[in-house]
Amino acid sequence: MNWFISAVSSSVGKKIMMALTGLFLCSFLVVHLIGNLQLLKLDLGLSFNTYAQFMSHNPVIQTISKGNFAIILAHALIALFLTRQNASARPIGYQVKKGSANSTWSSRNMGLLGTILLVFIAVHLYHFWWQVHYGGTIPMREYTDDHGNLVSFTDLYAAVMFAFSNPYIVAFYVFSMIAMGYHLYHGFASAFQSLGLNHVKYNGLIRAVGFLFYFVIPAAYASIPLIIFFR
Amino acid sequence: MAGNMNITLKVWRQKNANTKGKLVSYNAKDVSPDMSFLEMIDEVNEVLIKKGDEPIAFDHDCREGICGMCSMVIDGRPHGPKEGITTCQLHMRSFKDGDTITIEPWRAKGFPVLKDLVVDRSAFDRIIQAGGYISVNTGVTIDANAIAISKQDSDKAFDAATCIGCGACVAACKNASAMLFLSAKVSQLSLLPQGHPERKSRVENMLQQMEDEGFGNCSNTGACSVECPKEIGQEHIARLNREFIAAKASSDNV
Repeated sequence: MNWFISAVSSSVGKKIMMALTGLFLCSFLVVHLIGNLQLLKLDLGLSFNTYAQFMSHNPVIQTISKGNFAIILAHALIALFLTRQNASARPIGYQVKKGSANSTWSSRNMGLLGTILLVFIAVHLYHFWWQVHYGGTIPMREYTDDHGNLVSFTDLYAAVMFAFSNPYIVAFYVFSMIAMGYHLYHGFASAFQSLGLNHVKYNGLIRAVGFLFYFVIPAAYASIPLIIFFR
Repeated sequence: MAGNMNITLKVWRQKNANTKGKLVSYNAKDVSPDMSFLEMIDEVNEVLIKKGDEPIAFDHDCREGICGMCSMVIDGRPHGPKEGITTCQLHMRSFKDGDTITIEPWRAKGFPVLKDLVVDRSAFDRIIQAGGYISVNTGVTIDANAIAISKQDSDKAFDAATCIGCGACVAACKNASAMLFLSAKVSQLSLLPQGHPERKSRVENMLQQMEDEGFGNCSNTGACSVECPKEIGQEHIARLNREFIAAKASSDNV
């Protein structure tokens, strides 16, 4: 086991942990986005509430969800540790700094962007996840399903509609998604470099899929509160 | 002479490793645009010596971009504003009359300042000593063509071997990481058959030494490759990561 601990705690090991946890969270973004897009269906929330009911009660999803929390925490904690270690590697800084000449703004501000995302996740969980599981403030809503049966779901849809009628909340969500875009602008491609995957044969693919993650997906997420607010 | 410039320098002055330093301003008068950056500092030092002041201490040796001794952060950039060159290859024509230029030493815990702009880079020597070599026992000289090496691999190994160990990668990195240096040294040997017998231990030991020297962790900003006077690319860091993963998964060092 010693070799494994020394591998994981080494400088390269930690960047590999950041890459693997980061890429797992990227896969979560895809699944979560598909669910969220149900919010845009004009069916009084039947699709979205069905989806929310499934997500909060399916035992497999619940297990993955716990793992997801653990991975977010691991990603943030390793980053915190790395940031402290890196700060101590340069005890006296430069009087003149010119990072813009040799690196992207994103790559130099991953800690700041990550902190914004962590705050966002906390607020986001409080708004919806906490209210569904522990808040008890969200009423039930009844629908008639395709077979004519009466079904009843927690009306998370209404809670989302209410939240996104508040311009401050909408602005906060859009701002956070911009931060996520910048975070992934560096993070997505960087994860592959950390895993040692840097080759002319697939660098183009990493760049193309990267565009999906740093632009298309954050834009799609940000569009949901905007569409709900303005429609 | 016509076209000569007057430049204000703000230079980091520090008596020795144990004292606190500060930026001190100097006027460099009548600087020819054809001078190299180090010649300009030589001229400033001439004036300081004539006045009885302590000249600015800085590292330099070959002054043709191959020894890796010169080490100045000029206006926030290691080896100055131009890419692919060392400080000694930088000329004053890259600056304008009336410019103020700030000159600082490499900044890293692993590179303590000895005096003014001179830093102790023996940490790099210790990283090399940890595995950046091949063990060749004595015997007859083997025919050069006896070991087959592909042109592609030899070119890649040579790209890595152009590293002069100046430390600009550390100076440029926001984390003061020596990963580009380490990756160049690991790459050049891992690409060649001669490096294979010690391949796994090499990467494990050299990375450990880099951490022990107090250098930071790589976060893939890519700043090192941009500032590297030999333009060593990020693909070498990716190779280092692969070497490390493979070594950890299969070396005998449990």
